[in-house]
Amino acid sequence: MDGWVHNRDQMRNSAAASTLSATPDGAVSLDQVAVEARARLFSSRSVKRGSKLFACNLIITCTDLTTLEGSDTRGRVEVLCAKAMRPVPDDATIPAVAAVCVYPSQAATARRCLQGSPVVVASVATGFPSGQVPAEVKIAEAGEAARFAEEIDMVMDRGAFLEGRHLKVQQEIAGVKEAIGDRHLKVILETGELGGLDQVRRASWLAMEAGADFIKTSTGKIQPAATLPVAVVMLEAIRDFAWATGREIGFKPAGGIRSAKQAVAYLVAVNEILGDRWLRPQRFRIGASSLLNDVLMQIYKERRGGYQSPQDFSEA
Amino acid sequence: MTGPTVTKTPKLYIGGAFVRSESGLVYRPQSAANVPRGSRKDLREAVRAARRAQPGWAGLTAYNRGQVIYRVAEMMESARSSFMLALGGGRQAGREVDSCLEALVFYAGAADKLSQLGGSVNSVAGPFFNFTIPEPVGVTFLVAGDRRALLPLVTHVAAAICGGNAVVALVSSARPLPGLLLGETLQTGDVPPGVVNLLSGMPEDLLGWAGSHRDIDLIDCCGCDPQEWRELAEAAAESVTRVLPPETTPALTPSLSLRMMEMKTVWHPVGL
Repeated sequence: MDGWVHNRDQMRNSAAASTLSATPDGAVSLDQVAVEARARLFSSRSVKRGSKLFACNLIITCTDLTTLEGSDTRGRVEVLCAKAMRPVPDDATIPAVAAVCVYPSQAATARRCLQGSPVVVASVATGFPSGQVPAEVKIAEAGEAARFAEEIDMVMDRGAFLEGRHLKVQQEIAGVKEAIGDRHLKVILETGELGGLDQVRRASWLAMEAGADFIKTSTGKIQPAATLPVAVVMLEAIRDFAWATGREIGFKPAGGIRSAKQAVAYLVAVNEILGDRWLRPQRFRIGASSLLNDVLMQIYKERRGGYQSPQDFSEA
Repeated sequence: MTGPTVTKTPKLYIGGAFVRSESGLVYRPQSAANVPRGSRKDLREAVRAARRAQPGWAGLTAYNRGQVIYRVAEMMESARSSFMLALGGGRQAGREVDSCLEALVFYAGAADKLSQLGGSVNSVAGPFFNFTIPEPVGVTFLVAGDRRALLPLVTHVAAAICGGNAVVALVSSARPLPGLLLGETLQTGDVPPGVVNLLSGMPEDLLGWAGSHRDIDLIDCCGCDPQEWRELAEAAAESVTRVLPPETTPALTPSLSLRMMEMKTVWHPVGL
């Protein structure tokens, strides 16, 4: 663990030289078995009633309600936005989600629907989900999406990363960051394609150095998507980066998180590795589509004292 | 010659898997057997498994469902000695297994006749074809009760699944072994995982949670005493869940299956 703590001077020097090269961090080697063992601990907690209700409310306020389908229509986005602002139409005690996450072509619709509400628009960009489009197209797409979206979820160029062209990866992230101005930038690492925890650590660091405000696990389009071991590695990278630079980067697990129980495990992991400063929508998001209803079912189960039916909650 | 004695650990049957209770608890209703004491979370998992399995099961043709149920009868016949042993042996146990086989074969045959028996073509005052067809309610919860260890369970499970329902059944709490053994028969009988789920345990641990469970579509109080029936019916009233009353003798009649079904009426314009 000590090897991960960075020499502050070294960090400042590299920042001063404004080179976007790989840091000493590229050399870390993670113990996969130990990471997995630690990750297992996060989902084996017994969470009691009061804490569970707290967690469920927090999960809702940290959710990026997502639809990223080729079949998305304006109608579908409108329905999703309605659900985002008021997850249960006749119950004002259920909070709104943090953001609605859509494709760039639906960002204008989402913006119109969410006008005047605390829910913001997040848009994926840069050739989501593969990221295999020319660099100029990525910049142009991100700039276009930023006209309507407050947050941009860009995909990291995994091809370049796996070829070892880390500088290109970072320049691209920095380029997008510049193109979207003051918009929030989330960088999707797509950890399922990186081929190992060491690579996840390295990619996290690259993205944070290049200007990411959030690092996000996955697109949700390939398996495996978000997993707890990957989360542990990314969270520790965020922690070390905060120690080294003083900058607090957010974390967003996404893809395959369908139950409140899974989501609670991520909250536990964030709390234990980063502390409760990170347990707020400015530092933590969960990207999901079907998670919200399961969380609602858990809340009503606690309130009403009986198990709920998915049929009682609206789709989308 | 005496070999080692290997005793079987009775287990719950949830989603096609034989599992211990989530609670880790057991109780000893029959001499020398530690039977899992199912908890509300086992019930929750069982309902989840049933809900997942039900559309696929209802989507098979009725004829195919009948074949599967008939195969369960075949498997029970070949496991007759195990069932006899679990039921305590003797002529009475033999008669109970015979009755179970009869029930299985009966409901296997009923599967593809329910729409003729329960459905109708209705005369209406307009140029419409008007049909009524029975459709499964979805997930049913069965309390098999202690009157007999196996027959009510087998009869009511067969009646429920032949119409396309999925079942979560609480087997007899006083004599759970034959009921839990049924899980093995259902599995080798190719009943898809989750279509039938078997729980053992104490009614007082589970009935309140089952009654208030909003994802259960029908509660079959087959083996309940009047007090349990009343409590289940009151808890189920909140979600307007249908409740079938206790039954004194298990019936072989398609109307039992039809009571676990919902009638759908379709209007169709003549000439289109």
